[in-house]
Order: sequence, then structure tokens, then C-alpha cells
Amino acid sequence: MTVTDTSTDGRPVAPDEESAAPSTPPPTPTRSRRARLAAARVWGVPAVLAVWVAGWLVLKGRDTLALSGADTTSFHRWLNGLRDSFDAARDTNWFLKYVVGGVSDALDASMQWLQYLVSQAPAGRPVPEVGWLGVAAVLTLVAFVVAGLRSALLVAVGLMAFGYLGYWSDSLDLLLVTAVAVAICAVIGLPTGIAMSRSRAFSAVVTPVLDMMQTVPAFAYLTPLVLLFGIGSASAVMVTVIYAAPPLIRVTAHALSSVDEGAVEASTSLGTTSWQRLRTVEMPMAKRTIIVGINQSIMAALSMATIAALIGGPGLGKPVQDALQKLDVGTAFVSGLAIVLMAIVLDRTMTAASVRQEVLTRTGDKHRRVRLALLVAGLVGTVAAVVDSRTFLRAARFPTSPDLGSPIGDWVSHLSKTFVNSVGSTTSAVKDAVTYGMINPLQSLLAESPFWLAGVAILVLAVLLGGWRAGVAAVVCEGVILGTGLWNEAMITLTTTLVATVVVMVLAALIGVWLGRSPKADTVVRPVLDAAQTIPPFVYLVPALALFDVGRFTAIVAAVIYAAPVAIKLVADGIKGVPAETVEAAESAGTNRWQMIRKVQIPMAKSSLGLAANQGLIYVLSMVVIGGLVGGGGLGFLVVQGFSQSTLFGRGLAAGIAITALGVLLDRITQYAAARRGRG
Amino acid sequence: MTSKETHVKHTRKVAGLVAAIAMGALVLAGCGGPRIHENAQLANSSCGEFDMAVNPWVGYEASAHVVGWLARHKLGCDVKYKDLKEEISWQGMGSGEVDAVIENWGHDDLVKKYIKGDHTAQDAGPNGNKGVIGWFVPPWMVKKYPGITDWKNLNKYAHLFKTSESGGKGQLLDGDPSFVTNDEALVKNLKLNYKVVYAGSEPGLIQSFRKAEKNHTPVLGYFYAPQWFMEEVPLVKVDLPKYKTGCDADLEKVACDYPEYTLNKIVATDFAESGSPAYDLVKKFKWTNHDQNVVAGDIAHGMAPEAAAKKWVKAHPEIWKAWLS
Repeated sequence: MTVTDTSTDGRPVAPDEESAAPSTPPPTPTRSRRARLAAARVWGVPAVLAVWVAGWLVLKGRDTLALSGADTTSFHRWLNGLRDSFDAARDTNWFLKYVVGGVSDALDASMQWLQYLVSQAPAGRPVPEVGWLGVAAVLTLVAFVVAGLRSALLVAVGLMAFGYLGYWSDSLDLLLVTAVAVAICAVIGLPTGIAMSRSRAFSAVVTPVLDMMQTVPAFAYLTPLVLLFGIGSASAVMVTVIYAAPPLIRVTAHALSSVDEGAVEASTSLGTTSWQRLRTVEMPMAKRTIIVGINQSIMAALSMATIAALIGGPGLGKPVQDALQKLDVGTAFVSGLAIVLMAIVLDRTMTAASVRQEVLTRTGDKHRRVRLALLVAGLVGTVAAVVDSRTFLRAARFPTSPDLGSPIGDWVSHLSKTFVNSVGSTTSAVKDAVTYGMINPLQSLLAESPFWLAGVAILVLAVLLGGWRAGVAAVVCEGVILGTGLWNEAMITLTTTLVATVVVMVLAALIGVWLGRSPKADTVVRPVLDAAQTIPPFVYLVPALALFDVGRFTAIVAAVIYAAPVAIKLVADGIKGVPAETVEAAESAGTNRWQMIRKVQIPMAKSSLGLAANQGLIYVLSMVVIGGLVGGGGLGFLVVQGFSQSTLFGRGLAAGIAITALGVLLDRITQYAAARRGRG
Repeated sequence: MTSKETHVKHTRKVAGLVAAIAMGALVLAGCGGPRIHENAQLANSSCGEFDMAVNPWVGYEASAHVVGWLARHKLGCDVKYKDLKEEISWQGMGSGEVDAVIENWGHDDLVKKYIKGDHTAQDAGPNGNKGVIGWFVPPWMVKKYPGITDWKNLNKYAHLFKTSESGGKGQLLDGDPSFVTNDEALVKNLKLNYKVVYAGSEPGLIQSFRKAEKNHTPVLGYFYAPQWFMEEVPLVKVDLPKYKTGCDADLEKVACDYPEYTLNKIVATDFAESGSPAYDLVKKFKWTNHDQNVVAGDIAHGMAPEAAAKKWVKAHPEIWKAWLS
């Protein structure tokens, strides 16, 4: 999956900042200054830690700002009040009633129309307007036209799989929500991206908004969203848009600003207007990258499926949530598998489409005649299939046998039970060892220190590791966290985040190096990584609970499963990217395998290691809320609770903001630290 | 032969194959077989659409689907189930998207806001279920430590409940974020040597109790009835100081057990005034905890909700006939 495409990854990093950090002319440090910086890192970090631990020993438990039970601060209650006035204004405020209400009604109506067309039975008709055979034929034909024969076959096979797994209509519903949401993303995202590539000021304003959209957990704003857009499709589409638009916007801006300057200048010298230039030069040249952006957007949209199900959104998220209620591992797995399949099919098709686009523009259509013939045949077949599926029940209702879903589900349930039974006792020991040995002491240091001590220590560490800009980020983010009134909870979350990230990095280093060096291993393991990344986490929560009980360790396990694949892929790609000549030269100099890894490959792939750490952190942090569902406590649980209890809504939203602040803080420190290491 | 020619030939072959498969599928799917019959006039009834909120626990699902089954098959309503959390359901009654909540647990804040406040919702009376909230232990513990169901003995057994999460004290496992809990205050005011640990979700709680009963490990946790899991593992309630009206007025000082909840039904005001026969059905619906647990147990063990509801309806006409009269 293109998740490895680092520059386009849906992460809360401002692209211009990313490029700006290394590209600001390095202040050519003198030897002594460089040495001083290095010394500050080597001695400063342990010194700060030592002072912190000493302070913690003396002052433990004082000024921790812990909040108990249902305590709320005035800020939380203010947010509650805000929500209430929203609720009250729903019917009276013209903007909410006509503009927001209008958008909401239009979304609901078009979703309903589409559903009646392909996935749900309208009143008075036992089946949708177009049955499964017609839908399958149309989608296959579309795939053939945009992406070629192979993709058409993939789409056909994928659709059959949805049906035989038992989720035909749920799959189509999810496809509809995704299609509508991504279409909206494109309508909003392309102009925004274009504007961002044109204006630095606009870009500076929009970037933090995009950061927020990607990092504030959706749980935290589901309630107000439902107030605005109602229960069901409209809200589901909106929550998906909020999360899926940023990658498309970022990639569009990035693609347009990296269009070859020579081409732009050449066209300017011909006297083209700005609009003509965009249409004839920039857009065609950036097309391929923009398709990658749309692909990213689709993947992000699919990852919201299970969240959208909580507010009545149609699709595959529903059976996942339902199975979780019953602790039914098998059913959750099968419906999760359908989501993974959809992600793979869409990803491959979009990638093929973008590659084809490029080949066609470069070399022209070689097999025009064959393609045309196939197209005509396909069209005839499709029309026949659609007519057929409107007439006969057999072509309208997906056949119920052979049923692949139930046996797979039973088999997975059985497998997970056997596995839990056979390793149950060892896992408890592992959990206790890690919790007592690592999580508890670290949490004690972070959360039981006075807030000012921990705050200053983190600030100084940020400056030592990432320079003054990281320091500024630390001051702002710590200020925000204090403002939310949830310092203590944030420190608990920071603990689990740090531990999970360490585990992720260890895995990334071990498995990533292995995959980077062995193409064979890579082909085998990569699909597993893709699956781990796209399967909804709700699917593996129940077996994780069975193995490790509720607690922070289980939350960490869930976060690692989700975050490790990204980091592993980044490291593997970095190792692969080491020039073959370098490796050969080292080999001929007689280095052994271990030396090769340690002295040549890892140092050369340093920047991708830094990126892996950064991405690992961000992905771990995005699992904080899920962790709250299995005993992770901290901010994650507050967010979940805020969604569930109306009096605690404000505190949940505040926790969501605190998670974002924590994310930005860690992101900036790791980014600036990595940039500095790259330089010094 | 050039590679280009081979490629064209190859493509042609594949194309032929695809066309053949497609034609085959068409023939298979199309020829014969029953045709689709449209029937424009659906059930000729006055009911129309009936939007039932389905809150995310299996017991609720059981009640909702039994009522929904009757509304659909006996009254001819177009029943729509909407999977929603409690608060969102109440919100939906204001905007006309939800007609009924079939099992409501108190929720004083929502009552204040939607029933007394903007009058978009109404109380449709008790549904017959008694809601119990409290602290529970798995049955094996009661056999081994008979005194454990008395709160006064909890400190004696605190060491049993110690975990890596509870900081040296006994662990009291709190759970579902939807439920109101006074447990932190209770632990403090009853001077118990326990720490409240949040499991975070119902599956988290159930998995803990299930494992505890199977492996005979100790767990003390917040739970509730009616709940299908009670039929699988009949958890035993720990008696806290008896509840008296008003003893939980000040949540900081509360030192008594949770009250028994009379679970009730909530309907949208618009729905109540619409004259829909479904409203009368909701209003008269009433059954016992056991009734619900039977249906919920079937659902939890894999039966489709509609099928479980139908099974119960077929077996108990004497109960539901009264709801339709």
C-alpha cells in the first residue's frame, strides 16, 4: 500500500515546514559550536533526567493536577454550554437551519438515492433497483476503462469476495460512503491545495487546521457533528471527510509546488495567464501525484468506517461494532477482512490508474483497437447484466451459497480460542514484567512529579534534542495541555505512548532491516503489514483482552499492532535505498554481515529511521482512544466517556484537544531532532 | 514474432476468456429463475415508518427486535432500526429521526434536557425490566470465600484483587464508559483499600469476568443486570450499605449501594401524538428480566436478532397478545 509514500502520508506534519527545516540555510556552525551542541546532548540529557528523578523523589505526589471521577473544570463546563447552545440554536439559527441543514438533507437524500439504486431495497421493491450482477458488471467495466484489464479482474474478484463473505450490501454501502466522501474531499481539496501552492500565507493558515483535522480523535467531536448533520449517512460522510480531506490537500499542494520550474517559466514567457498555466502545464504534470493523494484520501476514509458506524453510518463498520458487543472474534474478523479487501482493491486499482495515466501520456495508446473491441464487448455485456439484474431475482440478490463468511469466522474464533488457551499463562507474566518494570516507574515519574517539574524538564529536553524551535513548540503545547485541565491524564497517556513507541522502534529496526536486506522476506511479510494496518483495531481488541486482561499493557499492544507496520516499512525502504555500489564496495572490503548492517546500511538509512520514529509516534498516538476502550486510561478513556455521557462531553473534547497537543509536541521534537542529527 | 505481437495475441486471448466468463455468468444468472415482483402498495396499514433506536447492548437489542418484529408483522409498520448510543438517540427524538428508546436507564441529565426542557421526548412508562447496578464477583469466589459478598469483608480480601494496574491496592474494575458510576467516592467513603481501574468498555469487563471464572482468578468489578452474560456466568453481587432514598444526593459523600432502576421507555413527542399504532405497542410493552435474557442469550450466541425475536414471539403469544389489544 502506498502508506510508505512518506511525503504523502496522512500525518500531521506541515509539508512546507518539513522541507523548510532542512532547507533553511544551515548557519554553518563552527567546529567548536558543533562540538558544544553535541556535548550538550551527551551530557545535558542525562543531567536533566537526573535532576528530574531527584526532584520526583522529594516531591512525589505534590501538584500532580490529578482530576478524579466525574470532576470537571470550568473550561469543560464551558464546552458543555457551547454544545447546549448549539443544540438550542438548531431550529432557530438560519445558518444552522438552512445552510447546514440544507447540506445535511442533500447528503442524506443523495446517499439514500444511491443506496436504493444498488444496495438497499426501496419501499415496495424486494431488492435494489440494480442487482448484484449489474453492479458488478458496471464496476468491473469502470475499472477496465480507468485502470486496465488486470484491475478489472481484481475488482470482479473483490466484489465476488464481498458477496460470498456475506457482506454484499454492507460492502456496497461502505463503498458509497467512501465514494461520496472522497468526491467531496476532491471538490474541497483540489482548490484548497492549489491555493496553498500559490500562497505561503494561506498555506500557513490552513496547515494547522489540517493538523487538527487529522489528530483530534473523531470520538471527541461525534456528538456536535450529529447535532449538526443528524443521525446517519450525512454525519458519516462528514466525519469521513474531516479525516480524509487533509492528505489530499497536502499532496495536491505538494505536487503543484514541485512542478518543474523550467516548464512553468517557459509557459509564462509564452504569455499564458495563470489559469491557463494551471490547466495546461501544472495540472497535467502533477496529475499522477494528485491521484496518489486521492488514493491516500480513500485509505483514510476506509479507516473511519468503524467510527462512522457509531453514529448510524451505513457500511461494514456496523457488523464490526456489532460483533464486538458479543465478543464474537470470528464475525468481527470476517467483516474486518472485507474492509481490508476493499482497501487493497481500491489501492491497487488507483495505483494502476495513475501509472496508466502516465504511460498513456508518454507513449500513446498502443493497443487502441484491442481495447476498443473489449470496451464495446464489455459495454454490451454490462447493459445486458444490468437489465438482467433488474428482471430476475437470481441476478438481483447475491447468492447465499457458498457461504465463505461463516466457516472463516468459525475457524478464526476457534483459532483464537486455542491460541489464548495455550499461551494464556505466559502472556500474563510478560504483561506483569513490562508493567511493573517499565510502565509503572515511568508513569510514576511523569504523572506523579509536580506539573511544573515535569513541564520544565520536558521543555529543557525538547530544547536539548531539537533546538529552540522544539522549545517553542513545547511551551505552546504544554500551555494547551494545562489549559485543558488534564495535565495528569496527559502524562499517563504520554507514558503509554512512549513505551509503545519504543517497542515499535525495536520492531522496526529488527524486522525493517531484515526486510530491507531480503527481497524474498519482503514479498511474504508486506501483505501481512498491509493487513495489520488496514484491519479495524476493534477486530483484535477481544483476543488482546483475552491474552492480557484490561490495562495499559493491552492498550500498548493494540497501538503497536497498528503502528509497527508503518515504521517497519519506512526502515525497510530506507535500507533498500542504500546504493548498491556502496554495499558492493563494502563487501569487497571484506565487511561481514553484522558490520554491514551496523556500519553501512543503518547509518546510510539514518533519515528514514528518524522518519520511522516520528511516524511510529503519531500512529501510536492515534490509537490512544482505542486504548481507552481496553483499560489504557488517561486521555483516551476520557474521550470515550465524553462521547458516552452528556455531562462529560466537555471533558472528552478537552481530552481530544490535549491528545492533539501531545501529538504536535512529540512530532516537533522528533522532527527537529532528526533534522539536526542529519546536519550535525 | 516480436514481443509486441505476442502481447497483442495474449491480450486477445484474455479478452476472449473474460467475455466467455461474462457470458457464462449471464446465462447462469439470467435464464429462468423467479422474476422480481414489485408491489407498490405495501402493507395497507396506517402505521408508516417506525424508527427504533438500538442502543449498543444485547439486552436492548432483544427488546427492540421483539417490539420491532411485532410492529412489522402484526401492525405492518416499516420498521427502521438505528444503532445509536443513548445520548445520540435522545438527540434524534428532537430532530424526528428516532421514535422510541425501548430501555432507558435513568439518565436524569437527559430527562432534564429533553423531557422537562424542550419537551421533545416523553416517558412511556416502565418496560418491566428491573435494572441492577453494583459490584460483582465470579461465582467461584463466593464458594471459596463465603464472606466476600459483604462489603465489610472487602478490605480483608483486598490483596487477592491486586493487579499491575492497581498500585498495590485491590483492583475494582469499572467499566462501560456509558454508565454513571460513584465508585471512586464509594471506595473513599467506605474506607476501602481499593483503586478504581477503568476497563473502558463492556467487552473489557465481560472478558475479565469470563477469564476469572474459567481460570479461578479473582476479579471484583462493576456490572449490571439484565445482561446476557449473567446467563453464561451468574455473577454474584456484593452487598454495599443498603440504598435509601436520597443517600446518593451528594455524590461526593455517597456511601450506599446503587438504587434499583425501573427501566422505562422513552418516545418522541411527535411520535406519541402521531396516532401510530406502533406507539400503543411501545406504550403497552412490558416483560421480565428473564424474558429479555432468553432472547438476548440467543442473540449473543450467534442467532440473528430477528430470528431470536421471532422464536420468542412464537413461543409466548400469551405475553405479547396483551401489548396489541
